[in-house]
Amino acid sequence: MAVGFLALVALPYWIPGIYYLNVASQILFYAIFALGLNILVGYGGLVSLGHAGLFGIAAYATGYLLQSGFGHSFAILSALVLGMASMALYAVLSLRTTGIGFIMITLALGEILWGLAYRWISITNGDNGISLHGRPAPFGFDINSAASFYYTTLVVFLIAVVSVAIFVRSPLGAALMGTRDQPRRMNALGYHVWAIRFWACMFSGLLTSAAGILFVYYTQFISPQTLALTSSAEVLLMVISGGAGTLFGPIVGAALVVIVKNVVSGFIERWNMLLGAIFVAIVILMPEGLVPGTARLWRLAWRKKMSTGAKAEAKP
Amino acid sequence: MSRKLTRRTFMASTAVGAAAASFRFPTPAIAQAAPFKLGLLTVKTGPLAQGGIQMEQGVQVFLKEKNNMMAGRKVEFFSADTGGNPAGAKTKAQELVERDKVDVILGPLAAFELLAITDYIAQAKTPLLSLAAAEDVTQRRPNPYFLRASACSSQAMHPMADYAAKEMKLKNVITISEDFAFGYEQMGGFQQTFEDNGGKILKKLWPPIVTPDYTPYLAQIADCDGVCQGFAGSNPLRFMKQYAAAGLKFPVVTGETGGDDALLHAFGDEAIGLVSCCPYTADLENESNKRFLAAMAKDYNVLPGFYAAGLYVNCQVVEAGLQKNGGKSDDKEKLMAALRSVSLTETPRGAIKFDHFGNVVGDFFIRKLEKTNGKLINKTVKTYHNVSQFWTYDEKKFLQQPVYSRDFPPVKS
Amino acid sequence: MSTLWLVLAVNSVTFGGLLFLLSAGFSLIFGLMRIPNLTHGSLFMLGAYFGATFVGGMLGIVFNFWIAALIAAVVVAALGAVLERFLLRQLPGQQLAQVLVTLGVSFMAADFCLMVWGGDPISVATPPSLVGFLRAGPAVFPLYRIAVIVIAVVVAIALWLLLDRTRLGAMIRAGVDDPDMARVVGIRVSQLFTIVFALGAGLAAFAGIIGGPILSVYPGLDQDMLPLALVVVILGGTGSLLGSFVGSIIIGFIYNFGQAMFPELAYFVLFLPMLLVLILRPQGLFGRFVP
Repeated sequence: MAVGFLALVALPYWIPGIYYLNVASQILFYAIFALGLNILVGYGGLVSLGHAGLFGIAAYATGYLLQSGFGHSFAILSALVLGMASMALYAVLSLRTTGIGFIMITLALGEILWGLAYRWISITNGDNGISLHGRPAPFGFDINSAASFYYTTLVVFLIAVVSVAIFVRSPLGAALMGTRDQPRRMNALGYHVWAIRFWACMFSGLLTSAAGILFVYYTQFISPQTLALTSSAEVLLMVISGGAGTLFGPIVGAALVVIVKNVVSGFIERWNMLLGAIFVAIVILMPEGLVPGTARLWRLAWRKKMSTGAKAEAKP
Repeated sequence: MSRKLTRRTFMASTAVGAAAASFRFPTPAIAQAAPFKLGLLTVKTGPLAQGGIQMEQGVQVFLKEKNNMMAGRKVEFFSADTGGNPAGAKTKAQELVERDKVDVILGPLAAFELLAITDYIAQAKTPLLSLAAAEDVTQRRPNPYFLRASACSSQAMHPMADYAAKEMKLKNVITISEDFAFGYEQMGGFQQTFEDNGGKILKKLWPPIVTPDYTPYLAQIADCDGVCQGFAGSNPLRFMKQYAAAGLKFPVVTGETGGDDALLHAFGDEAIGLVSCCPYTADLENESNKRFLAAMAKDYNVLPGFYAAGLYVNCQVVEAGLQKNGGKSDDKEKLMAALRSVSLTETPRGAIKFDHFGNVVGDFFIRKLEKTNGKLINKTVKTYHNVSQFWTYDEKKFLQQPVYSRDFPPVKS
Repeated sequence: MSTLWLVLAVNSVTFGGLLFLLSAGFSLIFGLMRIPNLTHGSLFMLGAYFGATFVGGMLGIVFNFWIAALIAAVVVAALGAVLERFLLRQLPGQQLAQVLVTLGVSFMAADFCLMVWGGDPISVATPPSLVGFLRAGPAVFPLYRIAVIVIAVVVAIALWLLLDRTRLGAMIRAGVDDPDMARVVGIRVSQLFTIVFALGAGLAAFAGIIGGPILSVYPGLDQDMLPLALVVVILGGTGSLLGSFVGSIIIGFIYNFGQAMFPELAYFVLFLPMLLVLILRPQGLFGRFVP
């Protein structure tokens, strides 16, 4: 893991070109988005098909406020606040059911937000979208270049990973996983299941909004397509394919999807089919996801190696 | 049917071509012989693939005709699939500029993709030639590195309205188009010119982009003498079918996408009588178009429409601009100036030149859909020459009014 | 004005009929196997493309429309059976993996259709016996659409007979109500699942080609139709055939009248009611269980 960390930090130096550096930045903020969704899907057992809506709210808030003349810090903070407020409303509406009901409510909410993005033209400018000009300068650093933006994203990403790790190991995280596995028992034990889920949603909303803000600063543009059902499905696929309920799963999943979409698509024309085939292959070979699956296969190989070694020794 | 085979062969050859194109050719030491890098932002997956595939066909036909050479230089062609979304368009634009180091970019397809990359393109000083019809990119928020050889959203609708009012003698029209910017801008343009000619727009209907069944809107079309539609992509097919099925018989007029020649093989008899105004028409009789049609028929066994022809013309403009600039492409500002000064007469769409915003001034054709010898064709009935994006309006006054939107011009009733 | 309401009312019923055909399969699969079959839109689209190929004579022979529809349904039902047997069967109860595999397959199906049939839309000719209209005063009703509602009713009755009067149907109902008990009683639930999935897939494909003369066939049809199927299933309730049928008609009304009366809200006309129902009654209008 230390090697991975060093590799990430030193990325701009060994990556072949500015284009791939930008892809890396994208992987990182999509990973943050996936980490946020994973709080609900993996640790909470609540599959949300409308998360792109929340991602979009933070992005639109940033764009709209910047366009109205406000400064970057105000825009970012407001976007975070607005994102979380929306998440609160979202949670209140969706947490009335679980399972497929939750999926459907979140899908409906996502579609409604998408429709709003198209129709509320006075704020969102419809499908012409909002263009941004420039990026903020945190602590005076200019982050317009690819490398500096990458480092900013990396910092936010590391904070996100650490905070998710802390969350998972915390009592709230444990309680959340409890509600995922045994909601009735948790209830019987006196845990307030709804409140646990609600706060998990808020944490998820914070991460999602952060990812949305990074996205809009990276792309310098936001339009309704970002809130479409396909976007929500895409981030869900990142979480599931990488391994829901694990720390690194969403990150690997995000890397997979971003790389196939952006890099592999430059070499293979039918990349959409390839992506679908990869998902199917993952389900066949490692239905729990890439990260847990690889870990399992690794352990299997290790055990085989150990047992053949022991057998070799046992032979007289 | 042989069409299926040809599509497969096309896909295979494009895959090979794309794979080949992604390998770098060793750059020779002599600067003159350095290949000219041409990039294409298109859509090859998802619902917009229809237009995207045709765009690439137009480029391939051109390159084949010119033996992969432009102005004495070998062409390295990079085709990028944006997936039809703005983030994808941005990423692929970056890929073309930063990784492949292209000299000129063709595309993208959709207006929202163009808007996502317009600032980046200006910053990267890379000439961009697109079909995307977003008005303001050549009007109120002009991009100096942008060139549009096809038409802006309302450019085809002004002459359409003129024809509808003067020749078809329509007086009360109901408009229907998708609920997004391309629809608004088209219908706005139609409305302004139609009303200037004494016509009246009774109602403006805006079905959402994803509307499987138009009946709730078709049921509201009554008490008028004509319908103006602005559907794009696969929607015109469905609309005309449902329009006829609903028993509506009012004459229908449309713009560049609603009656596209490429859809002729899919339309049924319900589309007969459709009047459209398009910057390209397959029945234009000039040498360039004849060659173009023959090549499209030979390589892809299709009748080209607005997308393929538009890209072919874009390639012609690039070649002409490159030639004007002495074959050099390192000074992007000079190349851009050369491109904007291009004026051609031999193109599949006739004579074209550009205004000082980079938008085309050219011929627009009014066609009527007819059935001849059992086949559907678009027959040109009138040609408007030298149509600019401002029609007959004074440029300054036009720019002072807001961009055409859902509520502008407002319905007067 | 009353012509408008009459036309809208009749179209609500006919559009509802098409929606029923689209969603019956999904409801069946989800009701029995609790699998959210996100490939459903793709199966609809595949049925439409196959059907269009047979009807349009692209293979050299021009089939009669109805025969083409049946062949397309059978082909896709077979594909569905393969999908269930080799992919979904390995994942009982693993909802996330089911989502991943069904979405993965839908990506592949969409790209496959693009590769084979290209990007251009394909028009499906209305069967010649049903071209024309029914006129009631100034109101015009396309004959084919009226036929669609008749077909929907026939299919609904056939499904009801299947579920209520046959042994297979009894086994399916047992499986829906209590899969474990069904196994204990000796019902080969796994085989049942494959049959039901194939049936659901076939229904979707049949709906696709029946819808062909109205909707045409184009890339992206799967993404346009899947949310509609989900809305119907949720509103009508899962696992209930009656619910599916009534839900479809209700959605038909909401779609038609909603778009005509509230054009500003056209984007939300389906999802707002869906949201309201889910919040107030999560099992849907006729659902037998809260999913």
